[in-house]
Amino acid sequence: MSSYENTCPLSQQQLIDEYFMEHRVKVLDLAAFLDRFERSVDKNAEQDFRIVAFRESLRELISAAPGRVERVEMIFSDQSTELLPSLDRKAAYGASIRQQEHN
Amino acid sequence: MQYIDLHAHMVSRTTDDYYAMALSGCKALTEPAFWAGYDRRSADVFADYFDHLTDFEPKRAAQYGIEHYTWLCLNPKEGEDRELTKQVLKIIPEFLDRPNVLGIGEIGLNRVTVNELETFKDHVELALEHNQLIHIHTPHLEDKWKGTKVIVDTLAANGRIDPSRVMIDHAEEHTVEMILANGFWTGLTLYPVTKVAPGRAIDVFERYGTERICVASACDWGASAPLAIPQFGFEMRRRGHSDELINEIVWNNPCRFLGQSPRFKFAPTRETAIAAD
Repeated sequence: MSSYENTCPLSQQQLIDEYFMEHRVKVLDLAAFLDRFERSVDKNAEQDFRIVAFRESLRELISAAPGRVERVEMIFSDQSTELLPSLDRKAAYGASIRQQEHN
Repeated sequence: MQYIDLHAHMVSRTTDDYYAMALSGCKALTEPAFWAGYDRRSADVFADYFDHLTDFEPKRAAQYGIEHYTWLCLNPKEGEDRELTKQVLKIIPEFLDRPNVLGIGEIGLNRVTVNELETFKDHVELALEHNQLIHIHTPHLEDKWKGTKVIVDTLAANGRIDPSRVMIDHAEEHTVEMILANGFWTGLTLYPVTKVAPGRAIDVFERYGTERICVASACDWGASAPLAIPQFGFEMRRRGHSDELINEIVWNNPCRFLGQSPRFKFAPTRETAIAAD
């Protein structure tokens, strides 16, 4: 039920002129975070489920296929519909530890 | 610009926030019952909370010319406790006749457990029994897709739910389609970090149109922005959208959903929805 093509009212040139700077800095933040992670004094979380999902999500950013944001959200999601038998914790992590176990 | 914030937890905001919202065009807001940041230990504490939501808070809002409405429930983060749920469900009807109560909410799921789902179903039955609108919280982050799917499937299987009387809130790009395709209203929460920033919310309207979609600040005691809706309006203009379309989203749509309650006193400026530019 959604449309994709031609739904943004601004031209590509207008999008670049208006929004380039604020998105440029977000890319630099990502790059700096990855460098910081690599420079860490204690390399004890190379396979943490969050950084694994994070690296996988970055590959979607350079995908040529539309729908990048939905695919990134699904990478960070628990994609099962199985109910938990009881409450394990209140808060969310931002990525699914169960999803990594399934993979 | 005048607007309605369909989701604002004002018990945890200051009067300065009311003042700023009033200055920026907020005419009304609705406050769903939510988690206090800790688990409450008895139904009596909920009774005090419901009294606050239906007495003190509307008076505080009125000082700034803002109409305050509310929704009542035991929220999903406490839904694991089935015994407490049963006690709270017994006292909610005592408050449903208060003049600012619009319905049951924000019910839903948190970690998507067996007990949370039973608590959700109990609240849905309470809403049906008392002919109340329903406002639904969907889980955070990695549990968003799963919880939304369980909620949508549960309501669809019920058979007695009119989806036009249900708002499934906190949608994101990967959940909005399943909500709208089943006839429900949905909401986009304009959070700075954990939900949908204004630019992404505008993307959703550009792709899905404006029908049955609202925006809200969902401001609470966490990192959130009580002026998120005027910020959204600013970003809409920056993106090249008209004031008419902004009004459709921040005024007409909440009026259409909330106006299904006879207690809601504001009306849309036009009868029928308009499409995105």
